[in-house]
Amino acid sequence: MTVALPRRGFALPRWLRLNVPWTITWTYISLVLFLPLGGMLLKAAGVGPAAFWQTATGPLAMSTYAMSFGMAAVASFMNGVFGLLIAWALIRSRFPGQRLLDAVIDLPFALPTAVAGLALAFVYGPDGWLGAPIERLTGLKVSFTPLGVGVAMIFISLPFVVRTVEPVLRSLEREQEEASWCLGASSAQTFLRVVLPQLMPAMLAGIAQGFSRAVGEYGSVVMISSNVPFKDLITPTLIVQHLEEYDIDAATVIGTVMLIFSLVSLVVINALQVWGQRYQGGDASD
Amino acid sequence: MAFTIPPLQDIRPPRWVKPSFDGRQLLPALIPILACLYVGLVILVPALAVVVQAFAKGLGVFLDNFKSPELLAALRLTLIATAIAVPCNAIFGLAAATAIARHRFPGKALLLSIIDLPFSISPVVVGLMLVLLYSPSHGVFAGLLESTGWKIIFSIPGIVLATIIVTFPFMAREVIPLLEEEGWDQEEAARTLGATDWQVFWKVTLPSVRWAALYGLILTTARALGEFGAVSVVSGNIRGETQTLPLFVEDAYKQYQTEQAFGAALVLASVAIVSLLLKIAVEQLMERDKEAVR
Repeated sequence: MTVALPRRGFALPRWLRLNVPWTITWTYISLVLFLPLGGMLLKAAGVGPAAFWQTATGPLAMSTYAMSFGMAAVASFMNGVFGLLIAWALIRSRFPGQRLLDAVIDLPFALPTAVAGLALAFVYGPDGWLGAPIERLTGLKVSFTPLGVGVAMIFISLPFVVRTVEPVLRSLEREQEEASWCLGASSAQTFLRVVLPQLMPAMLAGIAQGFSRAVGEYGSVVMISSNVPFKDLITPTLIVQHLEEYDIDAATVIGTVMLIFSLVSLVVINALQVWGQRYQGGDASD
Repeated sequence: MAFTIPPLQDIRPPRWVKPSFDGRQLLPALIPILACLYVGLVILVPALAVVVQAFAKGLGVFLDNFKSPELLAALRLTLIATAIAVPCNAIFGLAAATAIARHRFPGKALLLSIIDLPFSISPVVVGLMLVLLYSPSHGVFAGLLESTGWKIIFSIPGIVLATIIVTFPFMAREVIPLLEEEGWDQEEAARTLGATDWQVFWKVTLPSVRWAALYGLILTTARALGEFGAVSVVSGNIRGETQTLPLFVEDAYKQYQTEQAFGAALVLASVAIVSLLLKIAVEQLMERDKEAVR
């Protein structure tokens, strides 16, 4: 470089000097995220559309989608209802042990999934604390059945709705409810017409997050399920099984389907959050 | 004319108002009970089971687990992977936060969503992506790996990479909102007073986000220690060599070594509980700082 040096002795080019964080960010994201994503899409493109479609919609793959998405839907819906209940208990009432409840909610986020899987497989197993009584009372086995998959998914997706609904519920003004009561609405009417519509965006966002997490969950489900095809095999486990059989193409295809699902769910969750912010109005919108 | 309005929750009827018992008061009482019951059944019972089962055969058996070389090797590998992944992600998180929060550019929302991607991708798919890139037999870089002799899949670099990918959004996610909220003023002031970029970062930016950064660090570490899905795909799961502690838990359980499985699980669970407690402590520090600013 024969260009005349600027006044400062050690002159890096201006664009580089200004953008050290910028450079780090893009390099890191490219290496850690874009490169693997690109590699997978490249491999998926190499499979060919006909073979791709055949593997992606084959009977085994379809049965795992039904298991994963069906059970995740059940789990996230249940957590939607109970998540609202828990958030309500945390914000609107006072009772002993409340702080403990608050702390315990986050345990599924913090607990490694393998530990969760081990604990659930034991507790809901044939000799487990809950598995044995449930089997005696209802004749239903939980571990190593689709029910077990559902239990694991409920466990790992429980915190989402609680944590998304909590701030919105806290910011609700009591006056609205009081006004509604004063105008003669019953408790049920107040809840359904005044409170619930305001909580809905947050609740749906939480349900969508929980659903997305439950569909992708592997560690805890693989330990509580028997992983038998057409019975309780979930899609992530199918990918692992394909890899173990060195059927790389099949693994790539199913993996790409899962990737497309996560991209879609990301867009949906973002849209729900934007909607929720608009709903809250006022200070959140600027 | 200064009225201090107590927070709504603290407004209670005077003590002489006798609570009358009707249906409307039964429901509010029922909600916490149902909530506790649900959380107890779904979360607390399994969590307690880990503790009880780990000590089921007595303290001696529990402690004997830690003489197992495989468990110790797994523990060591987990710590190595975490020790590499967490600092890398911390540096990236802070860089990304300063770069993204301080600039307006088209596609900012898209970039933020992309950073969130590892939260919504299945860990198994993350592992698969690494296999497709670096597998010595059919990866995209198979030729390069063969010529250099590097081994990534089924060895430590793959495990570290998988851990990094799965945990990298936490830090950025915690710091970005805070930086955006705080605005630019202090940095600009420091810069007009002649501080270099580096000084501004160390003396102004970092102190203002220290609790959020610590929070992100805790989340990253907890997740890195416990990562299972992505690591299980890339590690090859060889006992004593490429097995991390979460993989050891699953493997021991499958081999009917229940004591060892629960022993290792208890180690991981205690780390999780410590991280939860630290998280609560940091949350309180954050609150206190916010109060102090007001």
